[in-house]
Parts: sequence; structure tokens; C-alpha cells
Amino acid sequence: MSDSTEPVRTGQDFERTLDRSEAKVAEFETNRHSPLDRVQHILHDNPTLVPVIVLAISLIAFGLIAGGKFFSAFNLSLILQQVSIIGILAAAQSMIIITAGIDLSVAAIMVLMSVIMGNLAVYMGVPSGIAILVGFAGGAAAGMFNGLLITKVKLPPFITTLGTWSIFYALLLWLSGAQSIRGTDIDEHAPFLKFFGNTIDLAGARITFGSLLMVIVFVVLWYMLNKTPWGRHVYAIGDDKEAAELSGIRTDRVLISVYMLAGFVCAVAAWASIGRVGSISPQSFYEGNLQSITAVVIGGISLFGGRGSIMGALFGALIVGVFQSGLRMAGVDVLWQVFAIGWLIIIAVAIDQWIRRVSA
Amino acid sequence: MIDQTPIVQGRNIVKRYGHVTAIDHSDFELRHGEILAVIGDNGAGKSSIVKAICGAVTPDEGEILIEGQPVNFTSPIEAREMGIEIVYQTLALSPALSIADNMFMGREIRKDGWRGKYFHMLDRKKMETFARDKLTELGLMTVQSINQPVETLSGGQRQGVAVARAAAFATKFIIMDEPTAALGVKESRRVLELIQDVKARGIPIILISHNMPHVFEVADRIHIHRLGKRLCTVDPKDYTMSDAVAFMTGAKDPPERDAA
Repeated sequence: MSDSTEPVRTGQDFERTLDRSEAKVAEFETNRHSPLDRVQHILHDNPTLVPVIVLAISLIAFGLIAGGKFFSAFNLSLILQQVSIIGILAAAQSMIIITAGIDLSVAAIMVLMSVIMGNLAVYMGVPSGIAILVGFAGGAAAGMFNGLLITKVKLPPFITTLGTWSIFYALLLWLSGAQSIRGTDIDEHAPFLKFFGNTIDLAGARITFGSLLMVIVFVVLWYMLNKTPWGRHVYAIGDDKEAAELSGIRTDRVLISVYMLAGFVCAVAAWASIGRVGSISPQSFYEGNLQSITAVVIGGISLFGGRGSIMGALFGALIVGVFQSGLRMAGVDVLWQVFAIGWLIIIAVAIDQWIRRVSA
Repeated sequence: MIDQTPIVQGRNIVKRYGHVTAIDHSDFELRHGEILAVIGDNGAGKSSIVKAICGAVTPDEGEILIEGQPVNFTSPIEAREMGIEIVYQTLALSPALSIADNMFMGREIRKDGWRGKYFHMLDRKKMETFARDKLTELGLMTVQSINQPVETLSGGQRQGVAVARAAAFATKFIIMDEPTAALGVKESRRVLELIQDVKARGIPIILISHNMPHVFEVADRIHIHRLGKRLCTVDPKDYTMSDAVAFMTGAKDPPERDAA
């Protein structure tokens, strides 16, 4: 029943010459080209290297400009203390940015939760521990609200959190009556809220519990992102959500968990902020959202998702702190600090773009 | 082969989207140890029928039996849990993650003991060794780093990783969607060899392809899909490519009774 032509079971005629050509597919080339290419590759493989180098250079530079007092244990621990709250927010922000999202509401969640903790513990006589736990739960709930809007209602993260930023801010103004809770009232009714303001004096350095908390938060989240299956899924979603979905990852579930965890971390920052500031002010940290994004970006975490290490955000926050402290000590006007941070952001993003163009 | 139950059997499958009938009372059959090519003109519904088999589409009517057991998948994850793997045309790899991470995406191995149980710690070493073994088995690993990000690989290498991932975890069969569509001549050839290797390991393959020479080269049987249903199944040894194209486009009537 078939035609007279012979059955076609071999490679096409035009492919016959291929037998003599190389047929290796998965060969891993080692030869790299110019030194600049090599640098690009190294940075591509180790995205945290850039902020580490920048941090080292800026420490040395400001040490030279501002003299020995910059390098004093006291000043260095002061920098750590000054960046601790923004640092913790940046840790939360990092997770979200790794999923290719963004959260403009982190600082609003934090201040809202500090107001809730303060209202409960100082004015309503609720034990501090319970007030703090309510704040933690509230932070997770606020994050979950963001996550549900993003995954179930399918709104872009930027718009969602722009909206919830305003919503949370309005709520915290309402709950606080736009009034601060004074430090003396906290000391009298709920001193435990200020726990993270405690310090350890160590060889001239004054390390606050809040600074230690920041480091712990980063280490725990780094572990979760790098050493657990959940962390791999978070990176995969930020890298290519479609592919992650096809690989069998329930992306919505993972995304909601990321926003919830970020909200929880913001609530942890809320507790730490009470110790740091000494009072609870609804007006505080209004720029915290953007400052956390600044730290993340300077830390080499790609705004396009899937790339960068959360530790980068810690270094990013420290770089900002070092710049501010160094420029202040060198007697430079505050406006030039702001100017310098602006350039840091632009340069960091430009470097990220360059690294992403790495040739195969 | 004759007395064996087919690994997949679809009977009278129907899927409608509003007024459009994507699958119109179609049958489907995949036998043990074979490469079954699925061909059809654009819009014939060949991807719909394959999606029905892997759970991406839930049929409105008809039944699907896997090794004689009726199944009712509601998502590809369920099919995957049964040992059905899919190599997507887009490959579904995360470019910034390593080869090992990609191979285990969604089914990572945790460390034994408390670190894995309570802290969900990944067993990187075990995963890397396994990934390396699988790639080596398929002749894909000449050297070097299993931790290399996938984005640094060539198109053929990526296809290789996706096929190796499917081969490593498939216990029933593998569906491959246009595995050579994005590749050059040389890389296509290597992937075709890879498909034969996987078959030789006893895993049947459903191959969706537009490329007639490739289909005729590797397929044991060819399922020709036309107007939402199986038109016929032919043995590539009995027909030419122009016959297949003629059946597929309706230029020629299909053979009376399936030869294969």
C-alpha cells in the first residue's frame, strides 16, 4: 500500500555531512575572553561582591577623610545602630524584590504595628508580650492582604502596595490620633516594648539589641532563601514565574507566604523601632519605604527579580549608613549626603544592568 | 506487545470551549516502549489532546486510562506525581538558577535527620550528585559545574537539561513538545539521539512535532490529528512524508484500517 520510495528512517541527506562534525551538546566552555568579561562573569556569579567592595572602599575613604574617630568602635557601632531599623525593613523588602515584586508599604506596616503595640500595652493595659504578638500577627495579616491582592486579584505589586501604603498610613493616623506615645509613658507602663533599645558595651563599642536583631533577621532569612526548598521557589518565581509554575510550583501560595513573612518582619522591626526611637510616633519613618528599597538596590539585588543575595541588602544599608556618617563627620552639608545616595542608587542599577548582559 | 495494555488510552475525549470544540470524540493510544509522534495541522487540536492527557486540560467527556486505570487529572502536578513528565517547548527552566536547582525544582531533596525535618535544609550534595549522574547517563555532561546557571548554556544544552530532568523523574512516560523547534541542525541531531536514548531506557515518549523528517526518523508510530480527532495512526515505514502531510491536510483519505 505504500509508495515505491524507500522508507525514510535515516537522517536527511543534507545532514549526512554532519557525521563528521562535532556532535557534543552539553559541553561546558571554560575559556573566557577579556579581563573585563571575566570581571563581569565573576560579578554575575557573586552579585554580593559589588556592595562588599563598595562598602570596603567607602570605609577606607571616609577613614582617610574624617580621620581616626570615624574608625572608632563607638562610631562604627553607632552606624550599625542607625541603620538597624531600615536594615530590617530592607530584609523584608529583599525577599519581595527577589520575587520581582516591590513593597511600598513596608514602613507603613511597621509604624502601624508599633502604634498597635503601643496602644494595647500603654493605654489598654494589655501585657507587653501579648501586645507584641498581636502586632506580629497584624504584620503578617497586612502582608497577606498585599499578597492576596497581588496573586488572587492579580494587581501589579507596585500599584497594590502604593494603595496599601496610603491605607495603612491612614489607619495608623486614626489609631494614634496623630499623637505620639511618649517615652516616659512607655517606660512607666510597658518597658518591655523598649527591649531592643538595650545595649551591650564592648571595648568602647555600644551595640544595641536592635543592631543584633538586624543581623539575626538577615541570617535567618538568608538561610531560608538559600538553604531550603522554599527559598529556591522564591528565586525561581522571580526569575521566570511561568517556568516555575510549569515546574510544579504553586506560585500563588509561595508569593502569599513571601508577603506574609515580609509583613511579619516589618512587625519585628516595629518592636525594634520602639527601642530605637524611644517613643512611638505616627510621623516617624515616613521615608522608610523608599530607604529600604535604596538599601536593596545598592545591595545588588536586581529589581527584575531572581538575582542577588539578601546579604547584599545588609551591605546596602551599611553603605548608606557609612556615607551619612562619613559625610557628616567630614562636615559636609546634609544635602550632599542625599546627593551622594542618589548617585549610589543610579550606579548600582547601572552595574546590575551591565552584569545581567553577561554573555553566555 | 499485542497483549499488553497500552500505557495511555484515551477514549472518546471531548473538550469544548464555548462554541469551539477543541477535541471532538478523539481516541488516543500510547504503547509501552514506543515513540509516538503526534502530528497535525495548526489548529487541529494536537496540543489540546496532549494537554488532556497530562492534566493541563480537563476533558468534558470521555475517559483516560493510564495502564488500564481510569484517571481524572485536574492539574499537571497530579500527572507529574504519577510519573508523567513534560518537556515544554519553552523548557520551563529558571535561567538564573543552576542546573542542579532546575532539575530538582519543586521536588528538592532535604537533608536526613533534624536539619531536614525541622529546618527544611536542602541536601545540596545529594542533589548535585544525582543531577550529575543523570546528565552523564544521557551523555550530556562532558565536564564541569553542575552549579552553572542555566542561562549560560546554549539552546541545545538547555534542551538537554530539560530532557534529562524529565528522564530522571518519569516512571510512566514523557511528553515532548516541539523539542527541536528552536534548535540548529547539529543540536537537533543531538536531541534526536537523546530521545532515542531515553526510549532505549524503556520510557515511552509522546513527541509533538512539526518537523516531518524528525518525526519519520524517530517515531515508531504516528498519530495524525485532524479537525479535533485522531484521523489515523500510521507506521512511518509504510508511508512517506508526503502521505502523512496529505492525510493531515485532508488532501488524501486516510488508510481504511490502522496498519499500526
